[in-house]
Amino acid sequence: MTTASGATKAHRGEPDRAAASASTSFDPSARYQLDPQVALRPEPFGALAYHYGSRRLTFLRSELLVEVVRGLDAHESVDAALATTVPEADRPAYRRALASLADSRFILAV
Amino acid sequence: MPSEDASTPQRRLTDQLKTGLDAPICLTWEITYGCNLACIHCLSSSGRRDPRELSTGEAMAVVDELHDLQVFYVNIGGGEPTIRPDFYDLVQYCVSRGVGVKFSTNGSTINAERAARLAGMDYVDVQISIDGADAETNDAVRGAGSYAAARRAMDHLSGAGFGQFKISVVTTRHNVEQLDAFEALADGYGAQLRLTRLRPSGRGVDTWGQLHPTQDQQVSLYRWLIDRPGVLTGDSFFHLSALGEALPGLNLCGAGRVVCLIDPVGDVYACPFVLHPEFMAGSVRAPGGFTQVWRHSELFTELRQPSAAGACASCGSYDACQGGCMAAKFFTGLPLDGPDPECVLGHGERMLAGVAAGAAPSPGPGHSVPVTLSARRR
Repeated sequence: MTTASGATKAHRGEPDRAAASASTSFDPSARYQLDPQVALRPEPFGALAYHYGSRRLTFLRSELLVEVVRGLDAHESVDAALATTVPEADRPAYRRALASLADSRFILAV
Repeated sequence: MPSEDASTPQRRLTDQLKTGLDAPICLTWEITYGCNLACIHCLSSSGRRDPRELSTGEAMAVVDELHDLQVFYVNIGGGEPTIRPDFYDLVQYCVSRGVGVKFSTNGSTINAERAARLAGMDYVDVQISIDGADAETNDAVRGAGSYAAARRAMDHLSGAGFGQFKISVVTTRHNVEQLDAFEALADGYGAQLRLTRLRPSGRGVDTWGQLHPTQDQQVSLYRWLIDRPGVLTGDSFFHLSALGEALPGLNLCGAGRVVCLIDPVGDVYACPFVLHPEFMAGSVRAPGGFTQVWRHSELFTELRQPSAAGACASCGSYDACQGGCMAAKFFTGLPLDGPDPECVLGHGERMLAGVAAGAAPSPGPGHSVPVTLSARRR
């Protein structure tokens, strides 16, 4: 059930009412932000994220990922956000996690 | 570390979820035991309202608590939730507090006006229940006229432009051959199909033996679901994952760990399918409210301890099915650390044969409307 990325697949019990539109390409050189319709709830493993629009639920699997996601819009790009927050060796995994969150529209290009 | 394959060891998500969360992911709230139907598999043995049901004020206080806990949405059910006179006020209040609502209804009260009202509300999902793709199959379980009533509600929602509602089906031996027809019905309305597992709970204790799918049907159901990841299941079929590739979703029993039930009188149970004193954790009416029960009740604390695989320890599929459904085991008289009665490898069936008649726990009559055949005493 869990994927290699930090964000896991959406909870099947919680579907899209407005089915997610075609996946958008993720551009780490662009500025992103948390979708305003997404709420984060801190949990021991990181956070639960819920999208009120699509009714999707996902797991942010580390506190650092939560910090990155919350701070995305303060940086001019995803890569800039990762550069200031995440150790270099871990950045590819975080980039994949963010790509997955962009694909499910938890985060949006600004 | 977010990744499973990174060098730093990380506990699997399912293991983390087993130890419980600060608040439930998903909470079922049955707001009344009253119902105009008497489905023969009703998990809550509903029928009559209970005079002790939470008042509007008490219910709103529960919503306030859910808001504070950041519970993103509640599954409202019953009974038939819409027969509460304050139903729409409660839904509106949930939404205003940021608690999304998904409610289950038999559809009988959804007329054109109410459908329009629902269509105007954000963060409200509607699930209309049917248990057969035709009136004959459905009404045998849910009662005469119930199929027509559900279809009328679907027509009203569709006519009001509600958007994508859900058609919710409890999978039985008699409707599992109709999966394609259910899918076509949902597609025709632009609705989403949701299939859930029949449990031997409530009045289902007496009917489960005749209604639960056969082993062959379970295999067909599994393949059908694997081919259709868009069909919703409430993650209720994880016992089928022992057949191969895991079904999407959380493959574990979430009782008291990530889910729970608040019943109409405010009692909190581990899940909607275990309305029995043994699985009652506390009451929202007690000091500390729901939060106290969720975080500190003896029962929930115990359910979050690592559980032994018991009789399933030597089975190579235990990681896939996690031993199946606690409620199904409990109400069929199987040990909680044993196999699910519908274990796809047949271990449950073999153990069921050894359960003495009358040995399984009884959920009692609940709020079923008594059948009065004898003359009333005056």
